[in-house]
Amino acid sequence: MTITRSTFLRAGIAAAALLSAGPVLAEGKKLVFVTEGAFPPFNMTKPDGTLYGFEPDLLAEVAKRAGFDYELKAQAWDGMIQGVADGKFDGAVDAVTITAKRLEVVDFSAPYTTGGSTFAVAKDSGLTLPGTGTAVDLGDAAATEASVSAIAEALKGKTVGVQVSTIQSDFLNTYLAPRGVTIRTYPNGPDVYQDLMNGRLDAAMSSITNISAFLKKNKDTAEATGASFKGGIMGAGVGIVVQKGNKELADKMSAALKSMSDDGTLEALSMKWFEMNVTPKL
Amino acid sequence: MDLSFIGTMFLRILGGLPLTLNLWGLSLLGGAILALGLNLLRTTRVGDKVASAYVFVFRGTPLLIQIFMIYFGLAGFGFIRHSVLWPFLREPYWCGLLALVLNDAAYTSEILRGGLRAVPRGAVEAGRVSGMSRFTILRRITLPLAIRQALPAYSSEVISMLKATALVSTITLMDMTGIARAAISETWRAVEILLSAAAIYLALSLIVTQLSVWIERRLSPWQFQRTNR
Amino acid sequence: MEDLALLGFGPDGWGKVLVQAGLMTLAVSVAAFVVGLALGTLIAWGRVSGGGMARALAHGYTAVMRGVPEILVIYLFYFGGRQVVTAVGTALGFPGPFDISGFMAGMLAIGLISGANQAEVLRGAWQAVPKGTIEAGRVVGMSRFTLFRRVIAPQALVTALPGLGNQWQSVIKESALVSVTGLVETMRQVSVAAGTTQEHFLFYAAGAAIYLAITTLSDQLFRLAERHSLRGHQQGGM
Repeated sequence: MTITRSTFLRAGIAAAALLSAGPVLAEGKKLVFVTEGAFPPFNMTKPDGTLYGFEPDLLAEVAKRAGFDYELKAQAWDGMIQGVADGKFDGAVDAVTITAKRLEVVDFSAPYTTGGSTFAVAKDSGLTLPGTGTAVDLGDAAATEASVSAIAEALKGKTVGVQVSTIQSDFLNTYLAPRGVTIRTYPNGPDVYQDLMNGRLDAAMSSITNISAFLKKNKDTAEATGASFKGGIMGAGVGIVVQKGNKELADKMSAALKSMSDDGTLEALSMKWFEMNVTPKL
Repeated sequence: MDLSFIGTMFLRILGGLPLTLNLWGLSLLGGAILALGLNLLRTTRVGDKVASAYVFVFRGTPLLIQIFMIYFGLAGFGFIRHSVLWPFLREPYWCGLLALVLNDAAYTSEILRGGLRAVPRGAVEAGRVSGMSRFTILRRITLPLAIRQALPAYSSEVISMLKATALVSTITLMDMTGIARAAISETWRAVEILLSAAAIYLALSLIVTQLSVWIERRLSPWQFQRTNR
Repeated sequence: MEDLALLGFGPDGWGKVLVQAGLMTLAVSVAAFVVGLALGTLIAWGRVSGGGMARALAHGYTAVMRGVPEILVIYLFYFGGRQVVTAVGTALGFPGPFDISGFMAGMLAIGLISGANQAEVLRGAWQAVPKGTIEAGRVVGMSRFTLFRRVIAPQALVTALPGLGNQWQSVIKESALVSVTGLVETMRQVSVAAGTTQEHFLFYAAGAAIYLAITTLSDQLFRLAERHSLRGHQQGGM
């Protein structure tokens, strides 16, 4: 029965394929980039659907210097990397950190932001985590162990929210879940903060840059706390995602990023959106 | 396709079966009780209006929006966060279950209403003549006949609810679909994972279909001679 | 709730995009319904007048589509659709690459699910066509196709209209699930708006109102069509 069913499906889809999927032009085509449009200040959406933020600005400049035509579309985070891996999109700019695991299925440009990840809590919860203001490199086993066990102690029996399949969810599942901390994963980024403010979560974890954007709007009710983490499974900075093996596009964009780093454009963009420099020297 | 990967995923997704079964069973139970209540409500004129409005809203909007409304919408009100209900509404599980119960009740109440309409007046009169109380008539005559009549439609609703439970994965619950979605975003091997999950749901729904055929036959002894359509 | 201007058409209002999203819901629903109607007719044909093989196939298809959650089918089309489309396209000799959009995935997934349900409605209606009219058609020498087009289809459609109306309502509600592919229809748009403005209750209520408007209006249309199709029919007891 399974054989007959799949044949049946295929027959139906063949018709649709003929109607929908024309061959894509190789020369002078518009590259399709995607972003979530809900990860401030990296990328956000205006009521009329326009995408804006650090990454739309960055991509415009990169495209100008690398000399390609592109279109930036909104796409749910769930399935974004899969979409690039499948060739559905040419690239993704969504604060995607370069990790070994992701490098198995996609390639990246050079990194354009660094900076670690930390926690946010509601002020009225009275919860504070140890190590605020210190940065821990996950490559350093001893420092990691000390810091993680102190945070796990403070969060024992509590619930931490995080967006699904991010470096932060990897971190939480690797280091905190085995020590009695409940991890709750959300398909969309903003929902994590929503549930933090609603009191459904005791803490939320995200990148420092994303948390500062959230705190800017909610400085009376929420605060950042705990050590910040980077390196190891949390990867090596944020890069533009391209399809596996698309070296040509990745190299072109890396070169553009390098020239932007050299002439100060990258830092200027960072100051504009983050009010601090979170970009690396390329 | 990689069979050992599918096997691993199959087992992992089965880990969500208890939650799926739990939500499925309890939402049908809660929905049936509420549906009966709605039909009793319909005996008064005002109650009839209330029940109609309820059914109109819950059948006219997607379940997904009902789930989000209860999970995110209600939590936006301070007075709800400070009420006695908050310990329940704080948990995704109770929000999901509540949405499923409310949704199922709207559909089930209409199915039950159809069944009640089909109960012959004579049967009820016969009960009254033989001195049964209103409650006894409801319990011994009206409901059994109505339920028998509503059974085919209700078995579809039971399967619909199984499929509906898959939507609670959108509010962080780790039912079978939630586990499958998480596995997809970890491994990026969507097709194998989705087919594994689909197979489990399909098996459950086929069991329900067979069960309902069997029950229908048992409840229709007078039709033994003409079971072939 | 205080800020109803958020739903307006001003610069900070989401009114315009909500209307667009409502139209997108309508577009994807209509497309899916048409796919479902075509497929449903085919399956109903298979179950009524096909051989044993066609009947088993149609039966199996219906069982599968009714037993698997819609959201999984949509995901399957969205993630897996491209692989299948590429396989078919390449086999037919088209140069790649191929892609399947959120709209396509949603339309096909919901259309295929609805097709299974519409087939049931159409089969019932088909079997209710009086045998005498079919025999009369045969006697005057109609071909099988002409018989279907001139005698069976017009009569069956009248009987099937209320059932098809119900299926249309289901399609509208199922279209909300297409939001998981990122297609900006009503459900997706209200989620984005709710997340951006943190006015969840307001925007989900607005979304619910859009769906209620679509379901109610189209219900009226189906009733009108029903009344229209029954004109000239003498029906007892109605």
